[in-house]
Amino acid sequence: MSEPRSQVSSLLSVCDSTTTSQPDGGGGDVKTQPHLNSEAGNFSTAAPAAFSVSTSPPSTLPGMSFHGITARLSEARRVAIFGGTHGNEMSGVALVNLWIKNSDDIQRRGVDIKPFIANPKAVEKCVRYVETDLNRAFTPENLSASGGDEFPYEVRRAQEINRMFGPKGSPDAYDVIFDLHNTTSNMGCTLILESSKDHFNLQMMNYIKKAISPASCLVLLNEHPLLKYSTCRSVAKHAVGLEVGPQPQGVLRSNIFEAMRVILKHALDFIELFNEGMEFPPCTVEVFRVNERIDYPRDANRNIIAMVHPNLQDCDWEPLNPGDPMFQTFDGKTIPYQGSCTVYPTFINEAAYYEKQQAFVTTRRETLAASSIRKA
Amino acid sequence: MEHASFPPLSRVAICGGTHGNEMTGVYIVREMQKKKENAARSFSIIPVLTNPRAVDVCRRYADMDLNRCFTDALLSSPVTNSMPYELRRAQELNTQLGPKGGKEAVDLLVDLHNTTANMGLCLIFYSLDWLTLHILKYIQNKISSVPVRAIQLDIPLSDAYSLEAVGKHGFAIEVGPQPHGVLRADIFNVAKKAVDLTLEFIQEFNAGRRFEGGEVEAYTFVKSIDYPRDSSGEITAAIHPELQDKDFQLLRSGDPLFLSFSGETVKHDGEDLYPFFINECAYYEKKVAFQLALKTTFLLPSVSVEKN
Repeated sequence: MSEPRSQVSSLLSVCDSTTTSQPDGGGGDVKTQPHLNSEAGNFSTAAPAAFSVSTSPPSTLPGMSFHGITARLSEARRVAIFGGTHGNEMSGVALVNLWIKNSDDIQRRGVDIKPFIANPKAVEKCVRYVETDLNRAFTPENLSASGGDEFPYEVRRAQEINRMFGPKGSPDAYDVIFDLHNTTSNMGCTLILESSKDHFNLQMMNYIKKAISPASCLVLLNEHPLLKYSTCRSVAKHAVGLEVGPQPQGVLRSNIFEAMRVILKHALDFIELFNEGMEFPPCTVEVFRVNERIDYPRDANRNIIAMVHPNLQDCDWEPLNPGDPMFQTFDGKTIPYQGSCTVYPTFINEAAYYEKQQAFVTTRRETLAASSIRKA
Repeated sequence: MEHASFPPLSRVAICGGTHGNEMTGVYIVREMQKKKENAARSFSIIPVLTNPRAVDVCRRYADMDLNRCFTDALLSSPVTNSMPYELRRAQELNTQLGPKGGKEAVDLLVDLHNTTANMGLCLIFYSLDWLTLHILKYIQNKISSVPVRAIQLDIPLSDAYSLEAVGKHGFAIEVGPQPHGVLRADIFNVAKKAVDLTLEFIQEFNAGRRFEGGEVEAYTFVKSIDYPRDSSGEITAAIHPELQDKDFQLLRSGDPLFLSFSGETVKHDGEDLYPFFINECAYYEKKVAFQLALKTTFLLPSVSVEKN
């Protein structure tokens, strides 16, 4: 679908008025607007070559047309809520099981909402996964592979989920999937966005943030060409990750459970309002864009030789400046952060990431602009 | 009793990884194994990674909970090819560090654990042992960054099921809150300090120092409370937000215990007791939401090493 350039440049003029709250201190991957090339109104995906993988969203979402500066988008008729993508992240498991038994709280006019346990075998054993991480399994290779039992359980499950809720990238895919997660990191409530160009998701996240204010809910954007991964929720047209912590694996904390429940309530309210024709005016959304993965210092045998420093532990989303303490060795020495500029670390000391070689991930603050949206 | 004396301690075992995902003990023991104590000491230190298979996969256990395998009955059960890994391992550890109740057992066995509960630092021991209570008092006087408490399990030695029962003297050091599979520097630092202080105490004790008596409080286990469950055994409520993280704060009749998923509060109905192990991850499968204790005060005699 092509769109007239004049309308694209008016989208840009909306974007031009936004500024980042954090100057780019180096590294060069902070942008002041969504991935719209600001030269000569040339609306293209404008991404580095490495980012052009077949799973990336098209520059216009199917069903999207422009009318003035309001994007007209299809109604979200089919929505799924996934819990237990990781079997030991208990809030999502408990919520989905609750809603499977009694769906009163998730009923909304004009929307079909399906609560679903994504990895039942892992849930049964209360482990993250049985053979391989389901939330990394939705690669194009895995989804298109044919064969049977020789594949790991989670790969077969990914194919099944893709059949039920996808196929990924097709017009038949579910409109929205919410994927419920917990983290051992002190991240509070975090919404995870996979595309800076998904105006529907941006508007939803803006709605949620305003609805729960003064409580906060931050947005993590993982659009990094190398660090982005093939999530369970990516099967849908609009993928929304919800990560709430800190909570140990295998533990159900009441406050974490309730916080997740409230966020989902607002998310579903948004969808209902949107489907009923409400127009959401242009808005800006502050996001934290994934920048770099930092591993633990390790010895020649790959054993870790230092821990996240007490000054950094639990300080998700707080600025980490060059020279600030980052790791502490077992005999008490401090290893400082040696990046060239201030970053915002998150996923600090997540239990599941030791095996993925990640002590924390750094992010850069950015403001994204969302156009006004309304159902088509 | 005004004064107690004990023979000098010559062998001290420091154990970690009894639960393979309780990271503090794993790393403290690994560091001790790497460093190979050079300081001149009057006793030898034996660092032991007790459940290597569980440590390798970062799970609590492979077949069964190692820290329930040390009853007299289980330690003497016949060896078979199909016996659970941990049962076999318990018997190996009993040979290496025991035998439990025997003359050749290590003089002191310290077993390092973590909990997801907000328990600070706890020493857990079976019988009233003046030596371990003095170590507790010594640690309490020198660590102020976290609360240091004692938990007593009043169980006869033959039924004592955990690893520390193997030593002539023994206690577990339990530190929390820390998620399983996570290594927190603050928790590591305080646990390491507790181990160092224990070794310091023994060195001074062996050298003849007299440790003055005094009062010491301990929490004596009374009972466990499970989660509310439905007819198919699924839990229907979470620990109430007002109880969550409130380990060792007195629980009175009428205080909230659980908040059900449908919003009802379940309240405590019974005697005033002290809750602990509140929302410990590993205890869901043991049907324990939290445990309850009475607070007891002990009058410690002074102690010193036996002079022969």
